[in-house]
Amino acid sequence: MNNREVMEERNEAKTLFGFWTYLMTDCVLFASLFATFAVLRHNTFGGPGGAELFNLPFVLAETLILLTSSFTCGLGMLYANRGFKNISLALFSVTFLLGASFLGLELHEFHKLAIEGNSWRRSGFLSAFFTLVGTHGAHISAGLIWMIVMITRVNLKGLTPRNLQRLKMLSMFWHFLDVVWIFIFSIVYLFGVI
Amino acid sequence: MENKPHKSSHNHDTHTPSVSSYVGGFILSLILTLTAYFLVQRHVSTEHTAISHGVLVFMITLLALIQLLVQLTFFLHVDTEKKPRWNLTVMLMALVFLVIVVLGSIWIMNNLNYHMDSNQDQINKYIRSQGDL
Repeated sequence: MNNREVMEERNEAKTLFGFWTYLMTDCVLFASLFATFAVLRHNTFGGPGGAELFNLPFVLAETLILLTSSFTCGLGMLYANRGFKNISLALFSVTFLLGASFLGLELHEFHKLAIEGNSWRRSGFLSAFFTLVGTHGAHISAGLIWMIVMITRVNLKGLTPRNLQRLKMLSMFWHFLDVVWIFIFSIVYLFGVI
Repeated sequence: MENKPHKSSHNHDTHTPSVSSYVGGFILSLILTLTAYFLVQRHVSTEHTAISHGVLVFMITLLALIQLLVQLTFFLHVDTEKKPRWNLTVMLMALVFLVIVVLGSIWIMNNLNYHMDSNQDQINKYIRSQGDL
């Protein structure tokens, strides 16, 4: 290994650490939204609460889709590390499709709530709900755009060291969003109906 | 450049994870999610009599925390990081912030409600009395 390779490896380690640090600050953002939700969850202002609004089987489907996408993303990264470009691209494409269906289901749920008169304007509980779940959805949208960019880049330029580094950050981001969803599923939806 | 599977990735995870580690993490996560779901489903379908509320809340929290550890290990490989474990350090610090923000907010707001001696009906009545909403 010559000097340049050593330098590049150090730079990559720094970049990945920087990205991880960003994810942890994002974690603090979600913590504040969870805190807001926890404080406001009973403030329904005479409107419906979680038990009336949430369709649990629907949310379970969302959860399983996102979990599977996190799994295929991890596998995609694994094959990218081993240099299998086509398998990796296929797995990231599956991840994209699963992520897009998750987002579609979430938007469908939001739309249904809104047209039934239960938008974020209805009560403190619903404001907190839409902010927390919507922020997660916004992250998912950003992740999906990023994924299209990376699939295109890898397709054009192959698994170059820089592309691999970007893929690593993308997969960290995607796994992180699935971890956040575990808590949205448990705290917002499961606690909401019991 | 395409076949460069060797050591270039070892600074984030010390050994390359295997397919079986992802499959294991996925299956464990599935089991944990479904267990939490069916516990709640049964609780709702039996008119909230199957288990006490507190026990159920405790169990769901526990299942979520186990799944957090499972995904941190099998998907994010936090455990295989080499010393000095900076990623882990930053994560623990974020956890400290998280606990302070979440528990602190809940504590303060409950305390406020307690000292205001107000219930939700009174608050709603007050808000409505303040004008058209």
